[in-house]
Amino acid sequence: MKISRGDVEHVANLARLELSQEEMEALTRQLNDILTHMEKLGELDTEDVPPTYHVLDMVNLFRPDKVGKCLQQEEALANAPDQDQGCIRVPRVLEGS
Amino acid sequence: MPPTRTRDASGYPGFWRGLRPRKHEGRTAVAAIAFSGTQNKEVLGLKLNELGISRLHKLISSGEVTSVEVTEAVFERIDEVEDTVKAYLFLDREGALKKAAKVDLNVARGEEIEPLAGIPVAIKDNMCTKGIPTTCASRILEGFVPPYDATVIERLKASDAVITGKVNLDEFAMGSSCENSAFFPTRNPWDTSRVPGGSSGGSAAAVAAGEAIYALGSDTGGSVRLPASFCGVVGMKPTYGYVSRYGLVAFASSLDQIGPITRDVWDCALVMNTICGRDPMDSTSADVPVPDFTSFLNGDIKGLKIGVPKEYFGEGIDPAVKEAVLGAVDKLTELGAEAEECSLPHSEYALSTYYILAPAEASSNLARYDGVRYGYRAEAGDLLEMFKKTRQQGFGPEVKRRIMLGTYALSSGYYDAYYLKAQKVRTLMRRDFDRVFERFDCLVAPTSPVVAFPLGDRTADPLSMYMVDICTIPVNIAGIPGISIPCGFKDGLPIGLQVIGKPFDDGTVLRVAYAFEKNTDYHKERPEL
Repeated sequence: MKISRGDVEHVANLARLELSQEEMEALTRQLNDILTHMEKLGELDTEDVPPTYHVLDMVNLFRPDKVGKCLQQEEALANAPDQDQGCIRVPRVLEGS
Repeated sequence: MPPTRTRDASGYPGFWRGLRPRKHEGRTAVAAIAFSGTQNKEVLGLKLNELGISRLHKLISSGEVTSVEVTEAVFERIDEVEDTVKAYLFLDREGALKKAAKVDLNVARGEEIEPLAGIPVAIKDNMCTKGIPTTCASRILEGFVPPYDATVIERLKASDAVITGKVNLDEFAMGSSCENSAFFPTRNPWDTSRVPGGSSGGSAAAVAAGEAIYALGSDTGGSVRLPASFCGVVGMKPTYGYVSRYGLVAFASSLDQIGPITRDVWDCALVMNTICGRDPMDSTSADVPVPDFTSFLNGDIKGLKIGVPKEYFGEGIDPAVKEAVLGAVDKLTELGAEAEECSLPHSEYALSTYYILAPAEASSNLARYDGVRYGYRAEAGDLLEMFKKTRQQGFGPEVKRRIMLGTYALSSGYYDAYYLKAQKVRTLMRRDFDRVFERFDCLVAPTSPVVAFPLGDRTADPLSMYMVDICTIPVNIAGIPGISIPCGFKDGLPIGLQVIGKPFDDGTVLRVAYAFEKNTDYHKERPEL
């Protein structure tokens, strides 16, 4: 087993994903299959190989620090599931009153 | 040359077997334009919605037909076949006709119009369109209406393109069959019991069925080329960085690239001319000159060196696909190119590398769907519970699987073993391509080892679905250009030929594809619906 049911539960929490019992079981099985397939990469010696994070050789592309067009408040809020006085409203974050 | 090939008793070219009757056969070119009703104009025996961009541009700009007539013809076709094909998630008939009328007015005024002006295009529903819903075929974005246009949409609008609507995809572009759409699966116009390929299945099916003249798709591991191959149309993934990703809903940012799906290579080049170019809104869009891609389409490939990577013809390939692709290699040789077998030794690691890198990037990109600022929000007592429930109810099984895989690969203790390891193998795969491109101008290979498969065939086993992309994934990993064009049929189902090029040498890819297309008739076939 590459990944236990406990691992799946831990990773789901990291990903902020609630999973049903059935989903948890299916994912444990499927992730094990997939991770076993990926063991193949272990065949390769990559000790001295640099990683490729990106195919284009570009770093630090700067733009002039000027004020440009941006979304108006109403536009930015138009898609919010809940809003109040120009702010997005969410369920309470802290315990207590 | 690659190993054994089988040819049927009728001899070369045996790949004509199993073709359906050709619709355009017996057509005569007597009347340039025939009228068979108000909206049923025909040109050379084809309805307006069956024509390509370049022909329509000539007809519209000369005033022979109007953009409104073309747009009406496309919507009539949609009314006729959409219940069967199910390519569209959203139709904008009113907006399309309004734009078409504007183009017609410009023509009437004697103004010059852009090559794409007045021509109906379908947009994959993972590109932001101002004022038009953009769902990524996910419940989590249901009802989301973007307040801005993606850069490609801005470019199309600046060219007066007529946007017909938004087309279906695998949820968040994750899939190879279009069955992962949260709404419904799209059908393959060649056989509606089969998948159109994915993830840009709606784009390819719409173009193949005549429900759009062309479409935009996005390609992270083959999502433009695979459905193009399954639906018998042309689909291109440009070099990474040629097309701005601003406003394309991010899946795997180091792999994603927008590309055209068209009926022929010339049209593909025309769309490339419009969508390519540096964009200050995307820091990964490359600052390189954009040529007129049609200037490469001279049909001349004499002396061009073509590599045939043997690993792409290995285990699991359908013999009919192998035969058609090797037949295409023969055709290219006949036209004066020099073809030779070559090797990309790390190809067998592509799938494992991709299914670490892409989910890792996706798990990070999809963290933004938390029910706070847009899209679906689940009812919950506190914030953390709201996040978790929103994501549980909003995402489908494949998206959850990839978020889990990616989160695991990036998590403490596993990062080096999975993510870093895959990044290193990515370097080895790039070096493979660098090495063969010292000897060859381009490579040809199958687009997919198989033809379109029946719905439900691979949904139970994620790995069997992932295998479908084995020939397209390496191109994304290396960031190089690739195109799929029709090169044969198996029992009436299209087979795709993939041409792969050097970075920012998309012109050569188009040149080879055009030479093949010009000397074959596969692209002229149309599905019977």
